[in-house]
Amino acid sequence: MKDRTKYFAYPYVVWIFLFIALPAFLVLLYSSTTKESNGLTTIHFTLENYKKFFQPIYLNILWDSIYLAAVSTVICLILGYPAALIISNTHVSKRNTLLFLCILPMWMNMLLRTYAWMTILGNNGILNNFFAFIGLPTFNMLYTRGATVMGMVYNFIPFMILPIYTALSKMDKGLLEAADDLGADKKTVFTKVILPLSMPGVISGIIMVFMPAVSTFIIPQLLGGNKSMMIGNLVEKLFILNGDWNFGSAISMVMMIIILLSMSIMNKFDIDKEGGARLW
Amino acid sequence: MDNVIIQLNNITKKFDGEIILDDITLSVKKNEFVTFLGPSGCGKTTTLRIIGGFERPDEGEVYFDGQLINDIPPFKRQLNTVFQKYALFPHLNVYENIAFGLRIKKMDEKNISTKVERMLELFNLKNYGKRRIDQLSGGQQQRIAIARALVNEPKVLLLDEPLGALDLKLRKEMQHELKAMQKQLGITFIYVTHDQEEALTMSDTIVVMNDGIIQQMGSPIDIYNEPENAFVADFIGESNILSGVMIDDYLVEFLGKRFECLDAGFGRGEEVDVVIRPEDLDLTPAGEGKLEGIVKSVIFKGVHYEMDIDARGFEFLVHSTDMAPVGATVGLTLTPDDIHIMEKGD
Repeated sequence: MKDRTKYFAYPYVVWIFLFIALPAFLVLLYSSTTKESNGLTTIHFTLENYKKFFQPIYLNILWDSIYLAAVSTVICLILGYPAALIISNTHVSKRNTLLFLCILPMWMNMLLRTYAWMTILGNNGILNNFFAFIGLPTFNMLYTRGATVMGMVYNFIPFMILPIYTALSKMDKGLLEAADDLGADKKTVFTKVILPLSMPGVISGIIMVFMPAVSTFIIPQLLGGNKSMMIGNLVEKLFILNGDWNFGSAISMVMMIIILLSMSIMNKFDIDKEGGARLW
Repeated sequence: MDNVIIQLNNITKKFDGEIILDDITLSVKKNEFVTFLGPSGCGKTTTLRIIGGFERPDEGEVYFDGQLINDIPPFKRQLNTVFQKYALFPHLNVYENIAFGLRIKKMDEKNISTKVERMLELFNLKNYGKRRIDQLSGGQQQRIAIARALVNEPKVLLLDEPLGALDLKLRKEMQHELKAMQKQLGITFIYVTHDQEEALTMSDTIVVMNDGIIQQMGSPIDIYNEPENAFVADFIGESNILSGVMIDDYLVEFLGKRFECLDAGFGRGEEVDVVIRPEDLDLTPAGEGKLEGIVKSVIFKGVHYEMDIDARGFEFLVHSTDMAPVGATVGLTLTPDDIHIMEKGD
């Protein structure tokens, strides 16, 4: 019996090979070959693609992407933590409704949601019309870095709320009573018990927001215009417009390494060995 | 009166319209070991939580050292709790768990260290300070939960079934340790349990509760020997409870026979519950006892035999060092002080 169960794993092994390992290998292959190598006989290895990336113009885009993604993540955390706290403290009967409302927007296509923001933020958009209506000056919101950050926060905040909520709702309420019993007022209970115990959720949330944020290309493209070229846009442009798959692959590889590194650093901070709220 | 540390007056508590505590009044003296004993759902834990401040009574007053504390939140009360599931902080090590309360009081590091080390020593956990909570056994966690509460030097320690999760041997050990500690430290202990043996072993005073009402309050000896009603008699130890009729003062009739007893003050012809402890029934050869019965089953329990003996249609539970084989006819004797008369329960 024991021997036979291992065969059940084979489809997954095949799946992982076909859709994860092989593509990753192809990206690696493209990134380290020249454009001219179009067959096994003419293959030509090079590090030129990587070298090209380490120029100020591209490094600035990388830095900018990390910066915008980090800002979005921080805003998600600031908005998402209290939201998760409120949801977890709500009575069970209403909790599911609140969670549902959190997830509901995700059922809609992300592209559609982002387009919707264009009509809200546009110069003749809903917000500016509203400002004009109540006598405030209108201003340019669309095609700014702020709009990009806003779009990312809007799209990714559920990924922050959910893991934090999971960590908070898993917490033994007896611990809060114990802290109360030992003389901790509400603020101290939060800083000494609730916050440290929800850190695994916070870390999961940060990873889950930061990763898609740093590599997104549709949000900066639609909401940021050409003001905020992010690394995702660069890769997209290289593949679609320039047809330079090799350079695009090299950038993807660099991004992959950066993300893996940052993830392993984040996991170091994760002191909770109970598992639980970790999604990775 | 000034010897009283905790006073509950007419405490009533309802959850969703259901009465959990019904007009509870009791007082706890300083340095006393008081146990709330009762089956689950009897309101003993709720009473403890009201004293701790985690629940508010719907009616009634809670006094601590003469002060009304109804509106005082737990963190301002001078008492500490050992929770049923210990509620140790998983993100802190043993040392930091014990130091938690002291750090909140902003005590200086040297003082904290002295006190925590003393606790670790007291509980035989000397080299465990750096350990993580999940690396400890149930017994060790339990001791840390007590240490974490005691290090704050509370006037009253509340313990909510703290030994419930331990195995029998460890539980017995801890019972003695706790009792010794309470005497040594001179702290009032309020202890909640459903284990009657535990209550009898440790307490100065037992409060027997059922259905949100105090059934009886007294020393272990009083509660065991003079149960006030059939519930207490049945809950504390095992008993044979029969229906009887008082013929006169000091005379009761049950199973068609009249017995002398030590109880008076019931009406003539009043129906009563007769309680007889299984260890009070003595076996005699057939024909020599006042009652005669047939042995239905025998179980060897180590110190004694446990037998079911059918006499006149009532199955008596008998604990005796004598043994009669199944099917044998035996006599049963009773002395007047073996018979406890109580008012008929519902």
